[in-house]
Parts: sequence; structure tokens; C-alpha cells
Amino acid sequence: MKYAFYPGCVSRGGTPELYDSTIAVANKLGIELEEIVGAACTGAGVLQEKGLKLGDTLNARTFAMAERMGLTTIMTICSTCQGVMAQANKRLLDNPDYLAEVNQELKPEGLEYTGRIVIKHLAWVLVEEIGLDTLKTFVTNPLEDMKIAPFYGCYILRPSNALGTDENPGRNEYLERIIETLSGEAVNFPGRLQCCGFPIMLINEKNSMEMVGKHTHNAKAAGADAMVTPCPLCHLNLDGQQPKAQAQRGEKIGLPILHLPQLVGMAMGLTPKELGLGRHIVSTKKLLSKASVRA
Amino acid sequence: MQANLRVRRYDPESAEQGSHLQDYQIEVPDHFTVLDALMKVREEDDPSLALRCSCRASICGSCAMTVNGRASLVCKTKMLDVAPDGQAVLVEPMNNQRVVKDLVVDLQFFWGKVRAVEPYLQPRGEEPEGEYIASNESMLNLLTPMGCIMCGACVSACTVLEVDKNFLGPAALAKAYRFVADPRDDETQQRLESLNESSGVWDCTRCYMCVDVCPKGVAPMDRIMDLRESIIEAGMTNTPGARHIESFARTVAHSGSLDEPMLAIDTWGRTNIIKLMDNAMLGFRTLRRGKLPLRSGPFHPRRPGADAVGRIFKRLSK
Ligand code: SF4
Ligand code: SF4
Ligand code: SF4
Ligand code: SF4
Ligand code: FES
Repeated sequence: MKYAFYPGCVSRGGTPELYDSTIAVANKLGIELEEIVGAACTGAGVLQEKGLKLGDTLNARTFAMAERMGLTTIMTICSTCQGVMAQANKRLLDNPDYLAEVNQELKPEGLEYTGRIVIKHLAWVLVEEIGLDTLKTFVTNPLEDMKIAPFYGCYILRPSNALGTDENPGRNEYLERIIETLSGEAVNFPGRLQCCGFPIMLINEKNSMEMVGKHTHNAKAAGADAMVTPCPLCHLNLDGQQPKAQAQRGEKIGLPILHLPQLVGMAMGLTPKELGLGRHIVSTKKLLSKASVRA
Repeated sequence: MQANLRVRRYDPESAEQGSHLQDYQIEVPDHFTVLDALMKVREEDDPSLALRCSCRASICGSCAMTVNGRASLVCKTKMLDVAPDGQAVLVEPMNNQRVVKDLVVDLQFFWGKVRAVEPYLQPRGEEPEGEYIASNESMLNLLTPMGCIMCGACVSACTVLEVDKNFLGPAALAKAYRFVADPRDDETQQRLESLNESSGVWDCTRCYMCVDVCPKGVAPMDRIMDLRESIIEAGMTNTPGARHIESFARTVAHSGSLDEPMLAIDTWGRTNIIKLMDNAMLGFRTLRRGKLPLRSGPFHPRRPGADAVGRIFKRLSK
């Protein structure tokens, strides 16, 4: 299986361990990734505020580049990239005149988007393309006794008409299915489908920290040993800002936050170093000792 | 079909006990909505169950509750859709608002927000002889916000209201847009100025909750984004929110990808020493983990294709 790989800015900036663990897991599973070199940021919904056509053009350019590589599926590893690209694709495909107009802007680079691209997050690739039964055969280090709280990130869920969750409601439970396939226990807690507050981190820090504190506290109270997220932006907030959120709440939380491929990699016997598990703000040491008891 | 309703009950007369869940099992026809089922319970089983409804046709907006955690009009929610195999359906009052009794919430909170945006036309100048005339085209973009039936579902679902009750919230902001965009209104500038303040448009996290739950396609978040655009177009750019967008655009236009440290510095304002010092601490921690992207600002590496991206920006950004 070969995919046009769109790593996104954050996996190459603030969360390099996401990039590395994705590559390590893909290699193990035999997922062939060809990176779309020279693709721009999706705009993360922020550039879209400045101008929808600007954002859509940047994404159409990325889609056209993937088509030029002879591929039809783009794999993302960020909930935000996933959502922003899926929305752009929907707008472009829903309206052929608009697509033609956007294509005019791509002409100088010799690019054209013909509308054949499908965008799938790693989580969807694991469930819909690799299949959970196959994934299971790669598990050498089952995560027994480990309680994992899934945190999805808004943009992989909403707006539901662009993310295919209306036709495919199971997508809102893929993380649970993956955790179970790795023999872990999925923890249910109120915040699983909510927002981590990252987009207002720089604008209204107090509210943003309130959200981080609330979700990590609730997951921990529900018994979680760790939280897993398919979104590096959520990770930046939930892991990177957890000390600040703790201070605001006046309570120690200390909940390790894992990227999805780190969790999968742990169960497949990849080393903490290969997965970059030492590069988090909230230490993963205790979690690792729990996992390696059975290793 | 068999309807299994699990209803959150609360009685103000025994408030010390808090709320509790009560199960009801009844036989209902397949076409029943959650509201039909609740009314059947009230009529045949338990007259003490308090709920609010009127039109039963998604018009009046009085029956919003949460169904399995999702804010919904119960008259628009079919039992079969939420419980195809007769599973238990959890019905609770809306979130973020004070519960009066059982499934009824106090709408003061909702109306207070709407009132705060002065939801009425304020034309200045001479009163015309006849009606205020507006062209068809200039009114088209008001159709979506005018579809709001004031049900409160979006307020129940809003991520920010959950942690900060001062936020104006989705319904009121969508209503504010409805008047800002109305060609007959003459208070646009003053409206935008107050929406630009704290607890206004910039506090929204863009989580799409309100868009997903709104039964009328108002898409409040999209209206909030329209307001942000109007505010920037009106030249009010000295807020963290506006600086955030500008800085994001500038770094992507320069290099094709996002420059995270620069985004933070620009958003807080380059002279905000306290904020910068405070976050330098986090900087040290991330640095120790080998994570802080050091090549920032003028050193932010330009990615291949950055020239093409820059050209697109030049042509398409206003
Ligand atoms: S959406 Fe976010 S992670 Fe994705 S490319 Fe843009 S900035 Fe990077
Ligand atoms: S949870 Fe937060 S960071 Fe993640 S997608 Fe939603 S808003 Fe963005
Ligand atoms: S998008 Fe904004 S207004 Fe809508 S629910 Fe989320 S935070 Fe609230
Ligand atoms: S915007 Fe939609 S959800 Fe919110 S009050 Fe109006 S109709 Fe209800
Ligand atoms: S009863 Fe009127 S909207 Fe549901």
C-alpha cells in the first residue's frame, strides 16, 4: 500500500517524535509513504479566516502534487490537517466552477487538480485499509492492564458532513477499536470528543488551560494511565501545557499524552527511543515501566 | 418498538439530593420521536416528568435537550435513529444552563447573551417615507442566521461556555452577525468594536460543536469567522486574535510552513515582556527535550515550493 504522505508542519516542528514514530510504525506495517515535497501548510483553519479561496488554493495545490505523483490517497497524521483538507476537498468537488477557478491559480506551476484525491488520517488507514485483524498480527507486546483514554481532536470529527462521519459513524470510535486491538483498555471520559483549547492558547490562555486541566483530570479520574491523540496540536496543548494547566487548577495531574503511532509502536515492540517517548513534557517513565513488565 | 429511556431527573424541592437517572420502558410505534416517547411517558406513566415543547415540528425551538450527550431538538430526533436495536437512550437537560426541573432549563442565560448584542435594527438619519428598502442580493447572506429558532442547542454544546460563562457564545454571535451584515443598520462600526472586545469573537476555539448540533443550519461558527473578517477589514487589527491570523499568514507566505515560536511572539505582541518571559520557561523545558524549533523568525527554513506559495498569497490575500 502506497500513500502520498502529508506530515504537516507540527510533526516537523514542535512534535518531531510524531514524525519519527509514524515512519517507524509504517515501516513495520509495510505502509509505503512518499512525502509530498514542497506542499504548503493546510492553513489550519486560520488562513481560511483570512480568505477561503486562499486556503482552498493551497490545498488544491497539495492535492494536484499528489496526483502528479500518481497516487490517489493522501495520508495525514494530524486531526487538523485531516479536517482542513477534507473540507477544502469537499468545497472543490461540490462545485466544478470553483475548482476550475482555483485551478487557474495553479497553472503557473503547471499543476492541475482533477478531483481524484481521498484524504485519510493514519487512524483511518489502520482501521479501513490495513484492518484491525491484520494489525493484531503485528502486536508482540500487548498493552494488557493498560488503560488508555482516547482524545480525538475536533477536526477529525467535525464538521461531520466533510469528515464522512455521517456515512461512517464508526470513525468516532476508531481510537477505541485500535486500543482494544492492542489489548489495552479504552477509558471512557466526558471529554473524548471535545476541544483541547489549542486554537485559543495564545489568545485566551486561561480558558485554554481550563480545558487542558479538565480533560486530563477527567481522564485520570476515570482511571487512565495515559491519553492517546491523533492530533499533534492537541498534543502541544495537552502535554506541553499540562504543567501550566496543573498550576491553574492547583492540582497535580501528570497524565502522559501519546501520539497514536507511539501507542501502536509500543505494542509492536518498537523501542521508546525509536518512538521518541523521552521527548514529552509529561514524563512517560512510569507508563513505560508498566508496559515493559510484560515485555 | 420498545423504547428504553434513561432520563435525568432533578427536583428543586429536594435539591440537596442532586439529580438522578430514572429508566422508563414503553412500547412505541416505529415512527416515534424522542419527544413523542417522552410525552407518552408523561401521559401514561409519570405525570411528574417536566419537559418543554410546543410545535413538535422543529419550528418553535422549545424542546432542545441532550440525547446521548448530543444537544438535539427531541421533536426532530427519531427513536429508531438513536436506538436502532432498542438500546437505552440517555435524555438529559441542556448543558451550560441552570436546570429548573428535570429536562427544563432556565433560558435567562441564553436570552441575556442575545440581548447583549442589541438584536434590533438601528438605522440612523432620516426616517424614509415608506419601508427601508434593501436589495435582494444584499439580504441573501442573512438567510442562514435568520433561520435561528433560539433553541439553545449550540449554547449547550459550546466548548468555551463550558469553561467561561462570560463568552457571548454561538447563538448571540450569529445574531450579531445578522445585524452587522444588514445593509439597513447604521451601527456597524460600534457593533464591531464591542464584538472585538474580550468575551467576543476572538474567544471561540473553532471547535465546530455549534455547527454540528444546530438543527437549522445556522452554522454559528462560520458567522463568527465572518465577523472576524469584518473586524479586520474595518482596520481593528491590534488584538491578539487579529495578530495571530496575520502572523500565521506571514510565516506561511514566507516559507510555506508555519513558524511556531514566531506565531507566539507576534500574537502576544513583540513588546509583551511578561508574557515572553513566562513562556521562555516552557521554551527551556522543550529545548531540553530537543523539541523547540530553533530556526525561527528570519532563520525559519524556506521549504521547496515556497516561491510558488508566496505567489499564491500575493494574488489571493486581501
Ligand atoms: S494544519 Fe497544523 S499541523 Fe497541519 S500543516 Fe498546518 S499548521 Fe501544520
Ligand atoms: S482538539 Fe484542539 S487542537 Fe485538536 S483539533 Fe480540536 S481544537 Fe484543534
Ligand atoms: S465553534 Fe466557537 S462558538 Fe461554536 S461551539 Fe465551538 S467555541 Fe463555541
Ligand atoms: S443557532 Fe442553531 S442551535 Fe443555536 S439557537 Fe439558533 S437554531 Fe438553535
Ligand atoms: S417542539 Fe418545537 S422545536 Fe421541538
